[in-house]
Amino acid sequence: MSAVADTHAQDDHHHGPAKGITRWLLTTNHKDIGTMYLIFSFTMFLLGGTMAMVIRAELFQPGLQIVEPEFFNQMTTMHGLIMVFGAVMPAFVGLANWMIPLMVGAPDMALPRMNNWSFWLLPCAFLILVSTLFMQGGAPNFGWTFYAPLSTTYGPPSTTFFIFAVHIMGVSSIMGAINVIATILNMRAPGMTLMKMPLFVWTWLITAFLLIAVMPVLAGVVTMMLMDINFGTSFFDASGGGDPVLFQHVFWFFGHPEVYIMILPAFGAVSHIIPAFSRKPLFGYASMVYAVGAIALLSFVVWAHHMFTVGIPIAGQLFFMYATMLIAVPTGVKVFNWVATMFRGSLTFEAPMLFAVAFVILFTIGGFSGLMLAIAPADFQYHDTYFVVAHFHYVLVPGAIFGIFASAYFWLPKWTGHMYDETLAKTHFWLSFIGMNLAFFPMHFLGLAGMPRRIPDYALQFADFNMVSSVGAFMFGATQILFLVIVVKCIKGGEKASANPWDGAEGLEWTVPSPAPYHTFATPPEVK
Amino acid sequence: MRVHAKRAGVLLGGLMTPALSMADWTLNMSPGVTGTSNEIFSLHMTILWICVVIGIVVFGVMFWSIFAHRKSPGRKPANFHENTLVEILWTIIPLVILVVMAIPATATLVDMYDTSEADVDIKVTGYQWRWKYDYIEHDFGYFSNIATSDDEIYNRTDKSENYLLEVDKPMVVPVGAKIRLLVTANDVIHSWWVPAFGVKKDAIPGFVNETWTRVDEPGIYRGQCTELCGVKHGFMPVVVKAVPQDEYDAWVAEQKEAAQRERELTEKDWTLEELMARGEKAYASACAACHQADGSGAPPAFPALKGSAIATGDMQAHLDTVVNGVSGTAMQAFGEQLSEVDLAAVITYERNAWGNDTGDMVTPKEVFEYKNQE
Repeated sequence: MSAVADTHAQDDHHHGPAKGITRWLLTTNHKDIGTMYLIFSFTMFLLGGTMAMVIRAELFQPGLQIVEPEFFNQMTTMHGLIMVFGAVMPAFVGLANWMIPLMVGAPDMALPRMNNWSFWLLPCAFLILVSTLFMQGGAPNFGWTFYAPLSTTYGPPSTTFFIFAVHIMGVSSIMGAINVIATILNMRAPGMTLMKMPLFVWTWLITAFLLIAVMPVLAGVVTMMLMDINFGTSFFDASGGGDPVLFQHVFWFFGHPEVYIMILPAFGAVSHIIPAFSRKPLFGYASMVYAVGAIALLSFVVWAHHMFTVGIPIAGQLFFMYATMLIAVPTGVKVFNWVATMFRGSLTFEAPMLFAVAFVILFTIGGFSGLMLAIAPADFQYHDTYFVVAHFHYVLVPGAIFGIFASAYFWLPKWTGHMYDETLAKTHFWLSFIGMNLAFFPMHFLGLAGMPRRIPDYALQFADFNMVSSVGAFMFGATQILFLVIVVKCIKGGEKASANPWDGAEGLEWTVPSPAPYHTFATPPEVK
Repeated sequence: MRVHAKRAGVLLGGLMTPALSMADWTLNMSPGVTGTSNEIFSLHMTILWICVVIGIVVFGVMFWSIFAHRKSPGRKPANFHENTLVEILWTIIPLVILVVMAIPATATLVDMYDTSEADVDIKVTGYQWRWKYDYIEHDFGYFSNIATSDDEIYNRTDKSENYLLEVDKPMVVPVGAKIRLLVTANDVIHSWWVPAFGVKKDAIPGFVNETWTRVDEPGIYRGQCTELCGVKHGFMPVVVKAVPQDEYDAWVAEQKEAAQRERELTEKDWTLEELMARGEKAYASACAACHQADGSGAPPAFPALKGSAIATGDMQAHLDTVVNGVSGTAMQAFGEQLSEVDLAAVITYERNAWGNDTGDMVTPKEVFEYKNQE
């Protein structure tokens, strides 16, 4: 590559993107693939969001009005699966594709052809998954956690398609993770030691290891389901010598690291955005790296806190309670670091900073409810109620999703070469912020008052807060169309963005022109 | 700690109540009516207040920065970073708070796990979608079905006060006695929860979980299944009636007698009309959740019985399906769930209702013989 051209400016003339559809089908360019991941993720976000609107519309009032319980269960299941595997994870892979080569000074990802394949597997997987909605017996209806035997002996015929889709997603994720690790470990610019890497790169490196560790476990658990359903085994059937609780152990061994997979890259991005808009270096870079590492390691030994009510022996119960509580320490370190970074800075509040600050506040609230859930005796009251729904939406919506929005606004000028419309973006933020809190905060009250999750209808004492929550959800949902408008507007035109449009932003990605040329860093930069 | 937490809870509740005219806007957990639920409540309040205090400190510093450290002409940002002392402090202090929190939590958990020396043993079995309560010492048991009508659920009539939280026959327990609950399930995983007791235990097919409770005050306590268990997960309430010991004893005697009468019915000579009448009720309780009251089912998971090959064909095959279930499908074995009378009534009903009109009838005695020939 470097033999062909010396500078990126020249590169631009020699190697433009191919024309037409083949550019997207056959591309091995990390920027094109990153863009496709982001577009795919947003499409899935709208689809999963539409399903959430159906759920909230049914829960607007007590009684069954809009959908039957059977379809309601399909909606909760598909909403969860699509948001986790279709919206949040691909969004972060998209950001990784775009930003990691730019941040480490590499010309592209280490394995560009595999990169293309790992993207194109995703639309296939989701085509299969979404098509189950139109099959006889309907889509999966057993919740995104698909506990056996509800998902095996009692599952709809489409379960096998669901399993196949999960396998394909897993292959895609593992390949994506291998690519990230290979890129980060082999293609950093000279002089960029591990402890000089940008935090987004660090968090993604750790996330990629988590993915490689747990995606095979997910593949294993769905394969056991496949055997139980189609080949007469009894992994999860007690009458054949199996154990339904085994399913939960294996699933959550995947599932708990999975929730960190969905939040660690956001930690990294926010650790760039807060210093940039505070015009002050991150308070503790090294402790941030160690905290992420500690969270990742602990995530492997806390899985049974999802299972406090299944009847684990008391020694196990205590171990998982203590281990879970321990996660509060490195998480606390991160929050304190962000706050200390803002302290005595010179703060401005453009859209990326607004989303990042909201991220810190609301993620912390989700962390608090997480700490409460860690207390095993109290969890007997919280477990599988709306308190849990409130908790994980507080860490996923203002956590993962706000983290993604913050990143998108932060790097949009680099991607498109234009500034986005700040007024519209701030409107997007405030409507999202209000809508999100209106939707999810009352869920804490509902859970504490005793409303179980995953029910299509509820007792009368839960009516008022459910209505508030639905109004908030509709507001949040509708607001996201605005994001589409802002991005399209930004692609089409707007104020020209300089190479570094933000006062305090640092890193190699800001040394290349905006928009970033099709090929960058053909010659590696020197990092002091 | 606990007393403070309780006081704080009462104070919080007291501050909130007058402002809110409707009781429906419940914000917090209720302390409940058992020792366990009170302990859980105080743990909950303690950890909540710890979080509130940490939140005030952290968000306080943050909002101070947001308001006081904005960019303004001539403002120079500080450049400090990395301070080992600060970083050690904000690692150690949370750790200490967690240890303080873990101590009462451990004590409560140990207490919750002590199921020894129970006065009453009740086996709780989750079915799709109802609960069965077996009083082990007294050799009787019964199903507890939701009592809310479809008319209420589909908004064709006004909803009653305990909408979705009422059953035909509640679990009955004596006040003040230690009750051991042996929780299991017949089909998928369910979870038995009564918030006022602080008891939630998963009901897992093939495994028996133990838990216990001791109810201090007489009353009716309501809860719901809390593990997704299929279509009617939202429609399998738990209702427990706590009564004084003597009332409980009288109730047990009555139930034992009724169970005895039920057993004698097997010997009686039944007519088709009698079986049909009983079958309609038994069908509504045991079968209608899946196969629907009109026999139309919900294919493909739950086939229709109206005009089906099983319900209009060979009697032995029909008996086999109902008594032994169909393995690998959602069709359960009802042989142990229903009495011979009810089995006979259900099968007779299925063969003659909804225009199936085979005219066939099977007697409780024949069912008894069928079950014992195997």
